[in-house]
Amino acid sequence: MERIQHDITIIGTGIAGMRAAIAAAEKSKDLSIALISKTYPIRCHSVCAEGGINVALRADDSFEAHAWDTVKGSDFLADQDAVEFFVREIPKEILRLDNWGCPWSRSIDGKIAQRILGGHAVNRTVFAADRTGFHIVHTLYERSLRYPNIQKYNEFFVTSLIVENGEIKGLTAINLKNGELTLFKTKVVILATGGAGRIYAFTSCSHIVTGDGMALAYRAGVPLTDMEFIQFHPTGLVPAGGILISEACRGEGGYLLNKNGEKFMKRYAPDLMELAPRDIVSRAIMREILEGRGFEGEFGDYVLLDLTHLGENKIKERLPLIREASIKFAGIDPVSEPIPVRPTVHYTMGGVYARFGGLTQTPVKGLFAAGEVACISIHGANRLGGNALAECLVFGKVAGERAAEYAGRRSMPLNLKAAYLEEEKRLSLFGEGDESAYKIKKELNAAMERHFGVFREEKNMREGIKKIKELKDRYSKVSIEDKSKAFNTDLTFAIEVGYMLDLAEVVAIGALKRKESRGAHYRLDYPKRDDSNWLKHTLAYYTKGGPRFDYLPVTITKWEPVERKY
Amino acid sequence: MVKEGKDVIFRIKRFDGEKSYWSDFVVPAQKGMTVLEGLFYIKATYDGSLSFRASCRMGICGSCAVKINDRPRLACETQILQLNSSKIKIEPLDNFKVLKDLVTEFEGFFAKHEAVKPYLIRKDESYAEPVELIQKPEELQVYYDFSFCIKCGACFSVCPAAATREDYLGPAAMAAAYRFNADSRDEGRYFRLATICSDGGVWRCHFAAECSEVCPKNIEPAKAIQKLRFQSAVYMINRAFKRW
Repeated sequence: MERIQHDITIIGTGIAGMRAAIAAAEKSKDLSIALISKTYPIRCHSVCAEGGINVALRADDSFEAHAWDTVKGSDFLADQDAVEFFVREIPKEILRLDNWGCPWSRSIDGKIAQRILGGHAVNRTVFAADRTGFHIVHTLYERSLRYPNIQKYNEFFVTSLIVENGEIKGLTAINLKNGELTLFKTKVVILATGGAGRIYAFTSCSHIVTGDGMALAYRAGVPLTDMEFIQFHPTGLVPAGGILISEACRGEGGYLLNKNGEKFMKRYAPDLMELAPRDIVSRAIMREILEGRGFEGEFGDYVLLDLTHLGENKIKERLPLIREASIKFAGIDPVSEPIPVRPTVHYTMGGVYARFGGLTQTPVKGLFAAGEVACISIHGANRLGGNALAECLVFGKVAGERAAEYAGRRSMPLNLKAAYLEEEKRLSLFGEGDESAYKIKKELNAAMERHFGVFREEKNMREGIKKIKELKDRYSKVSIEDKSKAFNTDLTFAIEVGYMLDLAEVVAIGALKRKESRGAHYRLDYPKRDDSNWLKHTLAYYTKGGPRFDYLPVTITKWEPVERKY
Repeated sequence: MVKEGKDVIFRIKRFDGEKSYWSDFVVPAQKGMTVLEGLFYIKATYDGSLSFRASCRMGICGSCAVKINDRPRLACETQILQLNSSKIKIEPLDNFKVLKDLVTEFEGFFAKHEAVKPYLIRKDESYAEPVELIQKPEELQVYYDFSFCIKCGACFSVCPAAATREDYLGPAAMAAAYRFNADSRDEGRYFRLATICSDGGVWRCHFAAECSEVCPKNIEPAKAIQKLRFQSAVYMINRAFKRW
């Protein structure tokens, strides 16, 4: 039995996890901090974020305006006290990253430049070309090298959280290099494992975005919040499984066109047009396609994103990654040809319930969550472009600081051998059946696309739920072909599929129960928002037979819900 | 609609911890399908024990660099049909120890990156109330092209100096050092140059420039090394005269 012990253990090394580690390390040199990743830190999914990060930085903007756009974008499901805190904390994060070496794009005078993304009233988005997430990740990783009390555990795959008497005690993880199950004893765990986009087939998410932290917490008794709200980013690259084509393309002036060459957004958001929030643009694209105004292609239906009028220089300077990806994956140079796009699963608005008392705190003592894995909630039913990176920085820092305070007051848990042995036994019995995890995953992806897409409806969803239950049943007889120790990705893949099945079920049943349309959750049978019955957060608790649901009121401070028009 | 395609044989070099061997698999390649998708197809269809790394599948996380038909490439960015061969040979990167199949040991590579102090060093390190630093677009351009190295290891795998000397820092670490030395916000150049001028440093480079040749992001580490050599020469003269 491999045993490791740290005051604070962080799972996930994207922006939220690394920011949390740095915050905790800055709080105290004496705390030992473990940073666990199933990849290497810079291989995290945060590197895929492109367009930028929102901040009210200059005189033309205000915290109030940023908060209002966020709340309106959320379709009034965001908790307004959390949003108000959030917008105020971002400027320092942006400037700190500047001091830590982030290559922010600059205006002529050398100041940090800003552009516009959908649903914002002003140029609020700071960026580093269209590789914003990538550069923030690398800056944080590089900065993290300066703290000797941060120890990285690369390529460790977490299989369970150990919770006793409502308190976190440790976790188990497979050391991928040698296949050994390792026990981490700890006073605090911070979940920073990102979203669950891979439950769908057509997605901008990396292969690793399998909702591990959400499923781990859910199984350990922490409720998941608002999971039915899955964000479809309007512009996924069609020939490449939904690779992200940044909203910055539209922020820099790109148009969406249907097959008649029409700028169809005028029908859906006459004022903001292409810069309406993502839920609205995604629905508009799907509506065009369903009504026969999209293009048909060998990789599925699509509309066009036209950047050709922006000119070669602007595309090369502001959107180099988009150009590279379009050329490499679709054989299309956006300088001279429009890009084929359709909505792609991009972000999980819901997540681990993380405001039990304080922000980032879950109901389990010593268990915190930050970033996409968490639901605080600042995004409500629809996240605005540019608010996710900001969320990871702000709440990563909050979680790191709170974890440091908490760890300072606690003593190290004692014997966890029983929990370890139990997990070892569970894993040894796992995978002795004859069902293929790869087939189950493929069928799950197809079911989510078909039954829980941009447009939802009761009968169709009921069929989807039936399918998910069938897949869960088959999964109990899953087979692991690879019996070797080192880098057994056959085993870790099968575990991930188990995580995804649990989460898909919560998404599905939560969606069926919510009888209204709000933000990214749109029901053809209930096309209106229903504030009198549904202005509330969904909570899903794990039980053996499937999720149990409960609801929580939304915190409203300043802004009463009004009709959402753009 | 039917996609164009053809069957392609993937000939993959395997390693199970003890012995190496080759496995052949038939992949029904379609237009647009990448080598990485081919690997996933094999894993799901024929052999779940095949191990390889992958994450973003859009060329930015740096996980999936492998040798494809004798050249290091990102599997996710390489389209099968564009290779124009009926048989594709796939091997782990050279100059890295193989752990299993296509998975290689990267700890040493990252340790070398860390050794050059790849972070901004400033005299004032109090960031409680950070201030905006001014950097003109032309100052950004000086180092920006070196800042999007994805640490995939392709450069290191073809470097003749890395092949013969275990302590050689290698092209990616050098590019990182130059990226910070050339940043107008940085005040730590001399701390970095001490490492760069050390025995495993900049003078070991043979100038084969193969690193720049294979870099999937066109970073040109060889150019960074050339610029570092100039900085190093100045540094060593200054150090000799105790002027630093």
